Amino acid sequence: MSNHITPTTVSELVSAVRDHPRLLAVGAQTKPRLSAIDDDVMRLSTLKLSGITEYEPDEYTFTALAGTPVREIAEAVAAKGQYLPFDPLLLEAGSTIGGAVASGLSGPGRFRFGGLRDFILGVRFVDGSARELRLGGKVVKNAAGFDLPKFFVGSLGRFGVFAEFTFKVFPSAAATLTLRLPVSDPTKALEIFDTVGLSRWEAEAVDFLPTGDAVLVRLAGPDEPLQILAQEIFRHFPGEILSATAADTIWSDLRELRWTTAENSLHKVAISPNQVPALCIRVSSLSGDAHIYSGGNVALVSLPAGTDATSLGLPALTLRGTGPLWTLPPTPPAIHQAVKLALDPADRFPSLA
Amino acid sequence: MTPFLKRLSAILPTDRLLCEPQHLSAYESDGLTAYHARPIAIVMPETADEVIAIVRACHAEKVPFVARGSGTSLSGGSLPVADGVVIALNRLNRILSLDPAQRIAVVEPGVINVAVTAAAAPHGLHYAPDPSSQIICTIGGNVAFNSGGAHCLKYGMTSNHVLGLKAVLATGEVVEFGSTSREQIGPDWTGLFTGNEGLFGIALEITVQLLPKAECFHTVLAGYKTLEQAGDAVSAIVASGLLPGAIEIMDALALEAATAAVHADYPPGCEAVLIVELEGPREVVAADRVRLDQIIAASSPVEARPARNATERVAIWKGRKSAFSAVGRLSPDFIVQDGVVPRRRLGEALRRIGEMTREAGLRCANVFHAGDGNLHPLILYNGKNAGELERAEALAGRILKMCVEMGGSITGEHGVGVEKRDYLPDMFNPDEIDCLQRIRAAFDPLMIANPGKMFPGGNAPALTSHGLHPLEKAGLISRE
Ligand SMILES: Cc1cc2nc3c(=O)[nH]c(=O)nc-3n(C[C@H](O)[C@H](O)[C@H](O)COP(=O)(O)OP(=O)(O)OC[C@H]3O[C@@H](n4cnc5c(N)ncnc54)[C@H](O)[C@@H]3O)c2cc1C
Repeated sequence: MSNHITPTTVSELVSAVRDHPRLLAVGAQTKPRLSAIDDDVMRLSTLKLSGITEYEPDEYTFTALAGTPVREIAEAVAAKGQYLPFDPLLLEAGSTIGGAVASGLSGPGRFRFGGLRDFILGVRFVDGSARELRLGGKVVKNAAGFDLPKFFVGSLGRFGVFAEFTFKVFPSAAATLTLRLPVSDPTKALEIFDTVGLSRWEAEAVDFLPTGDAVLVRLAGPDEPLQILAQEIFRHFPGEILSATAADTIWSDLRELRWTTAENSLHKVAISPNQVPALCIRVSSLSGDAHIYSGGNVALVSLPAGTDATSLGLPALTLRGTGPLWTLPPTPPAIHQAVKLALDPADRFPSLA
Repeated sequence: MTPFLKRLSAILPTDRLLCEPQHLSAYESDGLTAYHARPIAIVMPETADEVIAIVRACHAEKVPFVARGSGTSLSGGSLPVADGVVIALNRLNRILSLDPAQRIAVVEPGVINVAVTAAAAPHGLHYAPDPSSQIICTIGGNVAFNSGGAHCLKYGMTSNHVLGLKAVLATGEVVEFGSTSREQIGPDWTGLFTGNEGLFGIALEITVQLLPKAECFHTVLAGYKTLEQAGDAVSAIVASGLLPGAIEIMDALALEAATAAVHADYPPGCEAVLIVELEGPREVVAADRVRLDQIIAASSPVEARPARNATERVAIWKGRKSAFSAVGRLSPDFIVQDGVVPRRRLGEALRRIGEMTREAGLRCANVFHAGDGNLHPLILYNGKNAGELERAEALAGRILKMCVEMGGSITGEHGVGVEKRDYLPDMFNPDEIDCLQRIRAAFDPLMIANPGKMFPGGNAPALTSHGLHPLEKAGLISRE
């Protein structure tokens, strides 16, 4: 018996949930650890539940089925002069919007306006009782009902199977400019994070590169002013403006995680800027690498096989490799299990632990 | 003294446990003055530990409680429960920490919204969510209602700025959600808690992000002959790729009222005024304003007036922010509605509101966040005239139903509360409401946290008439 099922419509999705007592939704599996689970769990592939169902450029909103490749969405909105401000990762690798929500992964651009959680507006999903539900809304502002769409960000398919989402988008800036600021050590990177965060520059991204020798600052806005802002930044931190091609390459390499190697494990770590130096020391003592972005609020950490995220001592999610899926509090609050039961009374989806 | 009150008196000194009718009556209503209910006691904790002890007492004795900040909710969110206690959080008003380098602050729930910005200002930072009630409403109330303001399109609502919180749930469990990081691991518990309307428990400590204050603003006020032209101008701005910090519209009745109340000065003969504000680094604003000015010039305004300096900008916003209370003064009673429609259907929505208002034989002013389709129709009536309150309520209901029909929402920022609980089924089907109720029951199995709110049914509290919030009457606040 195959342990994959691939519904092609939302009603097939509902039946699939009803028919399988143990189930986990999977997308393109670009983050393999998230779907590494016992073989007796049926995997529900969302790949045939794909496509943008509504896109209203004037409303700054689109609705897409959960299996839609993020790249398809990014291209569709770019064609109308808009973009996804949370800057999804692994576009070329084929990641789906459902996988992006479930993993709660946002990219470097989250620095400016926030992460995926800040742009999700509505969700259509199937709960553990096989009910098709729509919560949140399809307009940019809505305060009716509890914010389940947000709750699902980072929930790893433990509370329901997603069918469709509505998101907010923004108009793209006329131009972007990437500055490369060489740094000698993580403390200097932290100084740049703090200065940029407090500045008038409104940078779109501030990243400490995995090579550990430079910080990138991405500016977005009308063309000419960006040049002026860049010169002002250089007066604080000397550096260079990257050519458009060099900038595209370096951002695409970061987005597609090309700096990591398949043998290594990969972890998303939630940090605060002041933890950056200590994290860097820890990672290098473990012979790993890290891409620290969003002004020091997120790190993607690559560790040699055999080392898992627990050795980082920070809240972490494993995207690739072995070890615990996510770090949980030593004694999870009772509310975690209570909400799990509310949405999945029969424990159809994998447990939280 | 009941065993429950005895228990409370062991937690709090008598001057912070109020049971006398004269004290209770001050808390009978919130910003939705139409409703009132008398609680059995008001408690005024000063520390998180006291709040936890009170909630645990309520849980043990199965006594309902209603958390209360400044009581400015416009949907009856902080309306007491007749056989319950009101937990007034105003004395938990400490800013526990403010870290300018990481741009975060940790505050207690009774901290007033503008106090956060005031504390952040010396560092060039501010707290972005800016409800019109910001000089009086609390961060705890803002978290419970996921409150908005004039800058939501670009910066989002309260939930987009809350990174973490500590709360005592209705079960008595104390939890910590999120952290000081802008990213999180695992489901977004902070996001789920924000907007719970007081039904999950009480927020005790809230970690918020602060943003650098924009360096430069460009604010334009443009008058139009028709509302439709103003709406078209909004569409043109949105289509241009500009991302203004605020896009607001006021209609003729609102303009008339603002003129009378704060001597606001608008181009004559206009049925609508549009306010657009750009913000950012000065070089960026300088480039964007050229485009904005062109778009507005092409939208055939009667007159466009860019603010030439900070004083003129403040004057534009003063007229805007005072508009609703100003309209309120035109009439003994009024209802503020808060619905959302897709932005492209704003013109149609306003036309239908106009028709429905005429059919009801009433007057309605409109001041709204045009950038995000968030309407605030203000329905004027006189409660002393037989049947007018009912007609006004019926009109408010028709407007909400229209918002849902158009693909929008019954609330953009004021929450469901008591006022809109009967309209929740217009937005969500029975399964969806059941799902919401199950989540509520996970947080509050005894249904003691703010019962009677958000969900349809339950005993209706006493309904009288609508009017200005006492603080508005005193000229302290104005509403959007
Ligand atoms: C003149 C005026 C203008 C307004 N303008 C706006 C506006 O522009 N945008 C907008 O969004 N709203 C606006 N409002 C509505 C109102 O100000 C907001 O809903 C505000 O967030 C309420 O804050 P509060 O401190 O008064 O809370 P309250 O009214 O005291 O309480 C509101 C809700 O929060 C719950 N609560 C309070 N504290 C806590 C806590 N610590 N933990 C859990 N639950 C808690 C209460 O139980 C209640 O359900 C306006 C109101 C008025 C009167």
